[in-house]
Amino acid sequence: MSISPSNSGPPALELRGVAKAFGSVVALTSADLTVHMNSIHALVGENGAGKSTLVKIVAGLYQRDAGDFLLRGESVDFRSTAEAKAAGIAVIYQEPTLFPDLSVTENIFMGRQPTQRFGRIDRKAMRAEAEELFTRLAVRIDPDRPAEGLSIADQQIIEIAKAISVDARVLIMDEPTAALSGVEVDRLFAVARSLRDEGRALVFISHRFDEVFALCDTITVMRDGQYISTDAIQSTSVDEIVRRMVGREVTDLFPKEVAPVGDVLLEVEGLTSAGVFHDVSFTVRSGEIVGLSGLVGAGRSEIVRAVFGVDRYDSGAVRMHGKSVPKLNPTAAMAAGMALVPEDRRKQGLVLESSVARNLTLSTRTRLSRFGFIDSSLENRAAKDWAGRLEVKTNALDTEVGTLSGGNQQKVVLGKWLSTNPEVLIIDEPTRGIDVGTKAEVHRLLSQLAGEGLGIVMISSELPEILGTADRVLVVREGRITAEISRADATAESIMFAATHSTESIQ
Amino acid sequence: MTTTTSTQTPTGAGGGAFQRGLRTFLRSRETGILAALVIVVLITTIKNPSFLFSQDGFRDLLLTPSILVLVAVGQAIVIITRSVDLSVGSVVGLTAYLTGRLFIDVPGIPIIVVFAAGMALGAALGLLNGALVAFGKVPALVITLGTLYAYRGINVLWAGSNRVNASDLPKDFLALGTSALLFVPYLTIIALIVVLVAGWYLRNQRGGRELYAIGSDPDAAQLYGLGVTRRILVAFLLCGALAGLAGVLFAARYGTTNSQTGTGLELQAVGAAVIGGVAIFGGSGTVYGAAIGAVLLLTINRALPILGIPDFWQQAVVGTLIIGAIVLDRVLSLRLSRQLISEREVSA
Repeated sequence: MSISPSNSGPPALELRGVAKAFGSVVALTSADLTVHMNSIHALVGENGAGKSTLVKIVAGLYQRDAGDFLLRGESVDFRSTAEAKAAGIAVIYQEPTLFPDLSVTENIFMGRQPTQRFGRIDRKAMRAEAEELFTRLAVRIDPDRPAEGLSIADQQIIEIAKAISVDARVLIMDEPTAALSGVEVDRLFAVARSLRDEGRALVFISHRFDEVFALCDTITVMRDGQYISTDAIQSTSVDEIVRRMVGREVTDLFPKEVAPVGDVLLEVEGLTSAGVFHDVSFTVRSGEIVGLSGLVGAGRSEIVRAVFGVDRYDSGAVRMHGKSVPKLNPTAAMAAGMALVPEDRRKQGLVLESSVARNLTLSTRTRLSRFGFIDSSLENRAAKDWAGRLEVKTNALDTEVGTLSGGNQQKVVLGKWLSTNPEVLIIDEPTRGIDVGTKAEVHRLLSQLAGEGLGIVMISSELPEILGTADRVLVVREGRITAEISRADATAESIMFAATHSTESIQ
Repeated sequence: MTTTTSTQTPTGAGGGAFQRGLRTFLRSRETGILAALVIVVLITTIKNPSFLFSQDGFRDLLLTPSILVLVAVGQAIVIITRSVDLSVGSVVGLTAYLTGRLFIDVPGIPIIVVFAAGMALGAALGLLNGALVAFGKVPALVITLGTLYAYRGINVLWAGSNRVNASDLPKDFLALGTSALLFVPYLTIIALIVVLVAGWYLRNQRGGRELYAIGSDPDAAQLYGLGVTRRILVAFLLCGALAGLAGVLFAARYGTTNSQTGTGLELQAVGAAVIGGVAIFGGSGTVYGAAIGAVLLLTINRALPILGIPDFWQQAVVGTLIIGAIVLDRVLSLRLSRQLISEREVSA
């Protein structure tokens, strides 16, 4: 931390009052970010605070709706990633995008390989340069091996090598450490510091405060698409930053009726899938909502998909009412009384081109058919019942589902699964992309269902939602459950802490 | 192109490089498929020596697959970019008929002009496919299935029940289709040149490497800022031009063309590419593999009757070969990725 940012001359990167909306969903209202040369700048905020959108604007992937975007003091307007790249901006994403079939060397130089006569690629020169880059970064990666199967850490190193080889002046790293082990993080930080000392500007996005405070010299906080504050790292503290990230009253938005908690319905014991999640155990009782919290990519969706039998797992057991549920068999899971409402409802939950009625009855079609044909009067009656109970706002049951709003689509998905009369409902990000009013309705509905004796597992990346609706919170970090917090003890800070710190430091 | 260096040994110079080259050669898909071809030829020759050792036998061995090789090379280029061109059979038909008509309607037309015209028509039809795929954002499978019928329809409309006969074509032109230079038929020489040039381009030119990149991960290609649209257009254009060349040579080889010429060739071409190790999801494989695949496919077809296997089974054998090739690819890549994951788990 010896080097302080040199403030002479214009900043390497400056954003002022940047706004961006996708249709009616506002991702950024007013974002500011000023990054100087010779500096590693932390950008922090909750999931959905708008960090990724901001990064994509800088990278040229999105175009801003309003605000200023300056690079070394000059206003810029990128229409493509190629333009941003040419201007010296490199973005290293959490999951790098490499060409799996091609060699490491080719991945670094694709599109600008050194050539000889007749445009022939100079493989020798290319390989030598790749080796030189790796030597400079002090890493050992075989330049000839295919990118397929490289660890995320190595893939990021390749992205960094790529950035250095085009002499990028601004490097943005979007949660680069999320999937790295301790040693790999150390290596990445050593590389980052040497890049800073070469006079480059780095932006480091991370949820791990210990890392942020170890690496960065300046920190900017964002919340709800807005700029909150920028401080020198020495003059602030973790508590201070977390408070600013969360900073809002949450309780009144989510009406919660506490239901009597009954018997254990679902038991998950020691569930492990190599490389995805490890030793996951929890129970769900009738009448309770169990919140599954954690950062995006922590493995929450993967866990419930395995529980429901969509994905495989290597060891462990899933039991309903004490009876074990076979793995990799969603039909058996449904028969045992489970229902899974997936995260991406457009892709996994709905047949967008079909009618509301057909979608609502999709999972009960065998019950509604006679002689193997679906009885449409039976189907319509069943659908009407559910559409009414869930207050799906649609003119007619034969409207195409794709034309409904996000909130109503979510209700149709919910209705589809509730019509199977499940005892345990697993719901992944129930209110993603839904406006605030409908959100409250979905929460009321979940609360009411729990009151009727359903056990609910709810994955949510929104802390207020978890705090408002869950009776118990399980925090997942890097494929492991790192904390179980009761409703009384759950605070945004305690959950955020468990989601960003390793298990050892909690116990 | 299936180099699997699971151990991260730093590469030494000299002997190391040679050993690595040898290992790559032994493990590569092209070597395997070439070995299969040699075995087929050997067994058939043992059963009936004239399959290889008569003058006709040797000539047919080289001549028969040459046209399919051209089409398969074009197909491989398109498949490498994660597309497919099902219209090539119809393009061959159209250009073959064009060839005949040109000789009939323009007496004394130079042969070289006919070649240029055939390839130009093929390139134009290919470009149309590419434009529909690149700008329409519709999967190539659907687009080219459509143009397969559309191009064939134009051919039927144009030719009607007419046919071009060998007697309508100049002798010099027909000689090109059957005669040889020092035992190697001209057709085979042309095919060989095309294979070598295409293989060199794909391996050594930026444009060629970008075709692999696009097929390997189209989204990443976009993020890299590669000219994806332009490359896809070029791939389809090349594929069409090669099909056009194949059409002209078809006329030279067989003399007779009508409105049904080239029917079914597209599936043989896709089959040849797949057997030759071109991954159907793009990003890997070589035109050398596709070419050897084409030779293997047609050689097996000719070998089976000699081996006493009834006609009835021939198609089944080809089908088994294609499925076997795909299953082999899948199993190998699954095993590799599993192995890499567990290696990481251990080291973590």
